[in-house]
Amino acid sequence: MLKIENLHVYYGGIHALRGINMEVADGQIISLIGANGAGKSTTLKAIMSLVQKPEGHIEFDGTDISKMNTRDVVKQGIVLCPEGRRVFPDLTVDENLTMGAYLRKDKADVKKDRDWVYELFPRMKEREWQLAGTLSGGEQQMLAVGRALMARPKLLMLDEPSLGLAPLIIKDIFAIIKEINNAGVNVLLIEQNAKAALEISDFAYVMETGTITMSGSGRELLNDDRVRSAYLGE
Amino acid sequence: MDLTTFLSYCLTGISIGGIYALIAIGYTMVYGILRLINFAHGDIFMMAAYFMIFAMVDFMIPWYLSIVVVVIATVILGVVIEKVAYKPLRSAPRMSIMISAIGVSYLLQNTATYLFSALPKSYPSIDVLNKRITIGDVSTSLVTFITPIITIIAVILLLMLIKHTKVGMAMRAVSKDFETAQLMGIKINDIISITFVIGCFLAALGSILYFTPRPSVFPLSGSLPGLKCFIAAVFGGIGSIPGAVVGGFIIGLSETFIKAAGYSEFSDVFTFVLLVVVLMFRPTGLFGEKMAEKV
Repeated sequence: MLKIENLHVYYGGIHALRGINMEVADGQIISLIGANGAGKSTTLKAIMSLVQKPEGHIEFDGTDISKMNTRDVVKQGIVLCPEGRRVFPDLTVDENLTMGAYLRKDKADVKKDRDWVYELFPRMKEREWQLAGTLSGGEQQMLAVGRALMARPKLLMLDEPSLGLAPLIIKDIFAIIKEINNAGVNVLLIEQNAKAALEISDFAYVMETGTITMSGSGRELLNDDRVRSAYLGE
Repeated sequence: MDLTTFLSYCLTGISIGGIYALIAIGYTMVYGILRLINFAHGDIFMMAAYFMIFAMVDFMIPWYLSIVVVVIATVILGVVIEKVAYKPLRSAPRMSIMISAIGVSYLLQNTATYLFSALPKSYPSIDVLNKRITIGDVSTSLVTFITPIITIIAVILLLMLIKHTKVGMAMRAVSKDFETAQLMGIKINDIISITFVIGCFLAALGSILYFTPRPSVFPLSGSLPGLKCFIAAVFGGIGSIPGAVVGGFIIGLSETFIKAAGYSEFSDVFTFVLLVVVLMFRPTGLFGEKMAEKV
């Protein structure tokens, strides 16, 4: 459903992405792993048209989205849950979810999705009227995922959802990602926590300094010696 | 000072304070979204006065329609200024956009001088608003009496808009985080335009209420009230709407009582001293949030 061909991004003089090719197939969880600064976040931002003039071709469900603005990309059904959670601190939990559904007009379905999000994250329901800035890190991450789901995405892109969270909460988050995928949402996941990401992924790409160096099913990469030594610390 | 005089000064102070509040909201809202001090805001307020002269004197439009014309023209002026002078500088350093705002301020003052001359032009009198009314022993003009009422209604409506509507939520979201707001599908530029529409709408209202009891307007008429309202916004905590309102009322009241005590020439001095004191001891103002510098 998502197809990226020969994607280049320049930040000033830095050639941040050097010809990325990747594909997200329908119904899958795809992950993108790699070290800091490899260009993972930049790839997602380029898909969302949040970087200046990316070059290359990005196609989603047969539509060329590489020249679209961010709003139209969201309308196509691609939603990015950004790194560092980035919930709106002065808005309540409920208002944050409303912002997630900003472009939607189907009020009845929005309500259903809100109920679904509260079902996925019962903690959010308890804190419905609390300002998002007062939530703990794990709760903010859940809210960020919930907010992204409120757009009813066809493709949900998660940038480092486990960053800075306690191991138990990370486990929860990954279980929920799996559940979201089972509900029919495609997931593109960026992670430094390569092991956890590869375990739930159908397919994965490894990125190094702006290029994709390896790809394969989650299991293949988990068993690959180079991946094991570079990213799994074995 | 007997009670009647006291009440009459109170009313005058609350009235001018209400006008300051309306204008201060424009400063504070634009700052909240763009982190820009819109130095042209006071001059937009002045231009609104000239629009009124145009409408009522040159085109002989009745006063109630003139008010509508003035509001629309002022809003258009504000939005055009944003698109031409601020939008191209969206990703430039903050200092550039501030200098642009100062430039727009001088541009408006000098355009007004060029078009209407530097001599004061008499402001049309709206007889209905200038009618004398008497409450108890206090006699005042209708406009002085209704100004605080209009201010309070406008503030309540504005706060409801910001608190309860989707646009209001989007404004709060944008003011905190442009990029994430974009990820929700919010068009930043639309929200910024709406902010200018609201700010200029209130400035137009303020202008009508301010100039109606005054005889004339000249190209620099907006600069001192503009500065005072900016101080009101800083005093209240820039970025905070209730802060701007409280700041406006406090400055209006203090100014009036200083004048009443016979120190007219010190009333502006007081306002500027207040700015210095606030910046020294409480730079975030009364209701301002503490801003941790991002590192």
